[in-house]
Amino acid sequence: MTTPAVEVSGLVRRYGEREVLSGVELALEPGRTLVVFGPNGAGKTTLLRVLATLLRPHAGTVRVLGSAIPEEDWAVRGRVGFVGHEPLLYRELTARENLRFHARLHGVAEDRVRELLDQVALTERADEPLRTLSRGMVQRVAVARAVLHEPELLLLDEPYANLDPAAIELLAPLIGASCGCTRVLCSHDPSGGLDGADVVLGLRAGRPALLAQAGTLAPEDITELYR
Amino acid sequence: MYGKGLRSLSIATVVAMSAALSLVFFYAPLEAEQGFLQKIFYVHVPLAIISLCGFVIGGVLAIAHLRTRDARWDYRSYVVIHMSLIFALATLITGSIWAKGSWGHWWVWDEPTLVSFLIVFLLYATYQPLRFAIEDPERQARYASVFAITAGAFVPLNFIAVRMSTSFLHPRVLGSTSNLPGPMALTFLVSLGAIALLFATLCKYELTAKHTRAQLRALRRRLAAETPGSNRDGAGARSAAPSAIPVSRPTAAPARTSG
Amino acid sequence: MSAATSTTPAAPAAGRERPAATQTAFWPTVGALLRKELLVELRTLESVPAMSLFALSTYVVFHFALNRGSVEGDLAAGILWVTLLFAAILGVNRLFVADADQGGFDGFLLAPVDRTALLLAKVLTLLAYLLVLELIAVPAFSILLLGAPIGPALPGLIATLALADLGIAVIGTLVAALAVRTRARDLLGPLLALPLFVPIVIGAARATEPLLVSAHRGEPAARWLATLAVYDLLFGLIAYALFDFLLED
Repeated sequence: MTTPAVEVSGLVRRYGEREVLSGVELALEPGRTLVVFGPNGAGKTTLLRVLATLLRPHAGTVRVLGSAIPEEDWAVRGRVGFVGHEPLLYRELTARENLRFHARLHGVAEDRVRELLDQVALTERADEPLRTLSRGMVQRVAVARAVLHEPELLLLDEPYANLDPAAIELLAPLIGASCGCTRVLCSHDPSGGLDGADVVLGLRAGRPALLAQAGTLAPEDITELYR
Repeated sequence: MYGKGLRSLSIATVVAMSAALSLVFFYAPLEAEQGFLQKIFYVHVPLAIISLCGFVIGGVLAIAHLRTRDARWDYRSYVVIHMSLIFALATLITGSIWAKGSWGHWWVWDEPTLVSFLIVFLLYATYQPLRFAIEDPERQARYASVFAITAGAFVPLNFIAVRMSTSFLHPRVLGSTSNLPGPMALTFLVSLGAIALLFATLCKYELTAKHTRAQLRALRRRLAAETPGSNRDGAGARSAAPSAIPVSRPTAAPARTSG
Repeated sequence: MSAATSTTPAAPAAGRERPAATQTAFWPTVGALLRKELLVELRTLESVPAMSLFALSTYVVFHFALNRGSVEGDLAAGILWVTLLFAAILGVNRLFVADADQGGFDGFLLAPVDRTALLLAKVLTLLAYLLVLELIAVPAFSILLLGAPIGPALPGLIATLALADLGIAVIGTLVAALAVRTRARDLLGPLLALPLFVPIVIGAARATEPLLVSAHRGEPAARWLATLAVYDLLFGLIAYALFDFLLED
């Protein structure tokens, strides 16, 4: 039995006196995809940020890729790719410069930047400042940034927002179900989100309202959460 | 935990303050040059010393907060700094009165203690605006602690720097207690003790009040969560108990088995 | 170009075959950050031109406010340092703004790097801005307002500028990091920075006073330079110890 890629038990994260996450439990095998559903404010983004080592848990245990957070969070960085609401890129720099900067931070070779720019089909616009690119293009660069260092675990917060179907298809080999990594994905789309999911977690007001294998659920179970 | 000892502390403070005041007015001799006004020294200097110590203690408590991540240390740090700021303001006011009485000006740049105090006061006056400008309570506490440590380290450095730069034209009356004759030294020490007790008591009052309010809020929230029909927490009437929901069992969808 | 490892690996990863956790080496990280900072500044030209123009305008204002053609001695030292300080605050205010607004903190925090690298990179950036500022402002000062020849004063002046700049850069970076993610960031920055700058002003102004005179020129007193050095060192240590706490979310 392999070590789970993500193991969470009794996770609590507070904002002041309010609990944003209360007692979240989950275990995710390597190579599987977990999709997290829930209304706005349910704590999906917070959960992702805790797994990314950006937030510390206030209680409970969290193990990502075998390392405990926050004690060993330095061991996790560099093996995780994060796509959040913000692209985490500098608008005044070009796509190439942004990616090169992140490549240096991660100790990744330069050719990888060129390779990724090709894969997201942005080689022609790679040398224009990011503020001249459309939102969809910026999102593509953001995804490139997230997979630059070949992470084992992908944490994706609604990565397909602002993207047309062509772009989504383009990114599939990088962050889609076929990429081979372990994935945790936040989604608002009940039917589309279930495709490619192995495990589903439903959050409501920070509490896990639903945790099941994807095959056993129908889209109606998801929409229940939003009531 | 917080309310204990509050009464005995208050009584001790009242006793000490009365003792100090009576000593100041009836026992300490009149100083030759400055007359009655000099007696303000027995209030001004202890206020200065206590508030300075308070600022530094606030920094030490902040170190404890950053190390343990326990919010209680941040409460203590906040209260101590807040109280020290008030005592610092009192220092500036009493110092100004003394300056006006002794040298005819409301402010003198030649008194390094007073000048350093002004700078320290201006720095710590930003502490509360800083706190209120951050909404996330955990980040607020953390940033406030960073500030408290930086400012606490700054206090002694600032004093040294200002003292070095002040001209020594005017005789400084704020010398050490070793220069004071017996009765004056005694009065000064009693006064120092009284003001220290006052500081500690006021801090304890404020901490107790804060703690009580926090407990009250926590109780209110628990009450709201457990009241049937209340949907405030989103967990709803269906799962009133805040304990962890068993894993792999979807509670929202009836009649479905988990994998 | 691959990374140099500098920390022990964690437990073996599940799934892919890949070397376990490595951390990007410190100096290349500082280099990458510094390059990014200077690149952004060159593109936007937000900080340095503003700082320099501010200094020049301030000298003009001083001329009219004091109604003097030239100043010397302690008055000159005072005007020089006050102007430099306020110009520096403009740079301090903008130091972390791009990072805070464009999500740069998260991008950095996700990378396997030593977080002190960011502190060092920002201090060096601010130092670079101050250097350019002074290359413009000091000659301008000597032309517009200074009544004494500046040539002989230069060695002492440069030593003082170096020590004072270090202090301004360290405190400026710490204060900027503190102020940037608050609501009133443009107000809190200066309010926090100015009292902390006071000992630097004291040391720098007292040190340069004897230099900016035409007759009986002296040398900067060693104790003022020592004060600056000690202050820089202590705040450097404090910034080093506390900076990480400001980066977390």
